[in-house]
Amino acid sequence: MPDALAAPVPAPLRNPTIVIAVLAAVTGLLILGFMTIGARGDWSFILAFRGRKLFALLLVGYAVALSTVIFQTITQNRILTPAIMGFDALFVLLQSVLVFLFGGLAVLTFNAQAMFAIETLVMSAFAALIYGFLFFGARRSLHLVMLVGIVLGTLFRSLTDFLVRLIDPNEFATLQDMFYAGFNAVETDILGLCCIVLLTASLVAWRKFPVWDVLAIGRDSAVNLGVAYHREVLIALALVTLLVSTSTALVGPVTFFGLLVANLAYLITPSHKHIHIVPVAALIAAICLIGGQMLLERVFAFNTSLSIIIEFAGGIVFILLLLRGKAR
Amino acid sequence: MIKLNQVTKTYDGTPVVDSVSLDLPRQGLTAIIGPNGAGKSTLLSMVARLLPMSAGTVTVDGLDVTKTPGDTLAKKLAILRQDNHTSARLTVRDLVGFGRFPHSKGRLTSADAEKIDEAIAFLGLDALQHRFIDELSGGQRQRAYVAMVLCQDTEFVLLDEPLNSLDMKHAVGMMKLMRRAVTELGKTVVVVLHDINFASCYADHILLMQDGRLAHAGPPVDVITPEIIKSVYDIDIAVHSIAGQLISVYYA
Repeated sequence: MPDALAAPVPAPLRNPTIVIAVLAAVTGLLILGFMTIGARGDWSFILAFRGRKLFALLLVGYAVALSTVIFQTITQNRILTPAIMGFDALFVLLQSVLVFLFGGLAVLTFNAQAMFAIETLVMSAFAALIYGFLFFGARRSLHLVMLVGIVLGTLFRSLTDFLVRLIDPNEFATLQDMFYAGFNAVETDILGLCCIVLLTASLVAWRKFPVWDVLAIGRDSAVNLGVAYHREVLIALALVTLLVSTSTALVGPVTFFGLLVANLAYLITPSHKHIHIVPVAALIAAICLIGGQMLLERVFAFNTSLSIIIEFAGGIVFILLLLRGKAR
Repeated sequence: MIKLNQVTKTYDGTPVVDSVSLDLPRQGLTAIIGPNGAGKSTLLSMVARLLPMSAGTVTVDGLDVTKTPGDTLAKKLAILRQDNHTSARLTVRDLVGFGRFPHSKGRLTSADAEKIDEAIAFLGLDALQHRFIDELSGGQRQRAYVAMVLCQDTEFVLLDEPLNSLDMKHAVGMMKLMRRAVTELGKTVVVVLHDINFASCYADHILLMQDGRLAHAGPPVDVITPEIIKSVYDIDIAVHSIAGQLISVYYA
C-alpha cells in the first residue's frame, strides 16, 4: 500500500546526545558561577559551605525530575505530577503528626537519619494504599485518578493546617522550618543518606528505562508486548514515593517545578526514550535550581523565594517554546 | 492452537460474553462478526489477557494466558485493540520497533532492525517511517500500529477492527495483507470485522456472535446465509454469489 502523497523523508532527527551535552555545559558553567561569584574570605569555608548547598540543589533537582517523568509515564499524562497528586502534602502531614504526637523537641533531637527512614517507610505504605487502587481498580479512569489525587492533596493540607492549630506555638515554629522549601537551611545531616537513597533508586530506575518506554504507549500495548504491568507500575510508584520523600525531607516541598521541568524536557528532547528524557529533565532542573538560587542570593538578596523565580523564568521559557510551535 | 473453554465475562451480573468454548485452528484467517454489543472485542481482549475473565480458561499452545508470564506469551500472541493513543512523541519507526520488545527488551540488534524494515515494507510505510505518528492520518496511524504488531513476529495475531478509519483502498489492502500474512508468513490471524462482506471474501472461518454467545461458526458459505443473518442482525438481506464471492446486499 504505497502512499502516493507521502511527504518526503525528513532529514534524520537531531541527536539527543548533543542536547544533553549542551545542557551539561550550561550546568557546569552555572556551578562554576555559583561556587565563585561574590566569594570573599576563607576559600575552604566558602567551598564547603556552598558545596553542601550545591550538592543539595543537584540531588533535589534530580529527584524531582526523575519522579515527575516516571509519574507522567505511568499515568500517560503530561499534566499530572506527584505534587498535584498530593505526594508532598502527605509528607508534610506526616511530619506534623509526628510533632503533634511526640513534640517538636523530640522530633528535632531524634536521630535525623532514623527519622528520615521512618518517614519514608510510612509514606511508602500510605502511598501504596491510597494510590495503588487508583491504578488497579476496576475503573481505570484518568479523570478519576486526577480528581481523587487533588481531593486527597487538599485533605492532607487541611489536616496539616488543623494539627498546626492544635499544637504549641513553639513547636509550630519547628514545623514551619520544615514546611517551607528553602536551600538556605538544608538538612545537611541527612544529605549522605539521601544521596545513598537516590543512588539506589537510580540503579533500579535506569534499568527500567526500556520498560518505561513501552509503558508510555499505553497499558494495552505494554501488556501485549509482555510487560508485567501491575508489577512495573508498583515499582515505579514506589520509586516516585522514595524520590519525593527524599527531596521533601531535604528542603521541604519543592515538587512545584516538576511539571515545568518535565514538559520542557519533552519539548526539547528529540527522542521518546527515557534514557534521553531523564538526563535532559534532570539537567534542566539543575539549571533552574542553581540559576534560581544564584539570582535569589546575588540579585534579589534573599528578598523573594526560589519558587517564584523558577516559576516566573521557567514559565516564560515554556510559553516561548510553545509559541515557537515546538510543542504538540 | 488457541482453545477457549467456557469463557465468560460479566459486569454486575450481566454477561457480556457468555460461556464461549471454541478452538481456533492453526493457520488461517478467522473473522469474528456480530452486531454491536455482541461481545466480539471483549472476547478478543480476554484471549489476549488484556481483560480478566469472570470464568473459563484460554490456552495458547497449551499455555494458560492468565498464568503464563507476559513476555513468554508476547512471543506467541500479539493483539491490536481499536483505540490506540500515546502522548509520547514517536516516529513510525520507533513505534514499529516496540514490536521487537519481547525479543530484545529494548536493545535493538541489527536482526531487529531487519524485522522492523520488513514490517515497514509489508505495510508500505517506507516513505512515512521517520514521520511522527501524531502527524499521520488515522489510516496511516492504523497501519503503523499493525506494523508494530506484525513486527512482534508472533504466530497468532489478533486484530480488533483493523479496518476502522481505513478507506476502500486501504481496507482492501489491509485484508489482502492479512491473507498474505496467513499464506506467506504462516500466521494465524483472528480479526474482528464489521463488514460481513469482507469476512465472507477473505476469511477461512467465521465466528458469528450474538448477545455474548457464539451463535454460528464455520466457513463463509455456511454462515453467510439470509436466514442466519436475519436471525442475528434482524434485517432482511439477500446473499448473492458475484464472481465466486458471497456478497450480502444490505444497504437498501
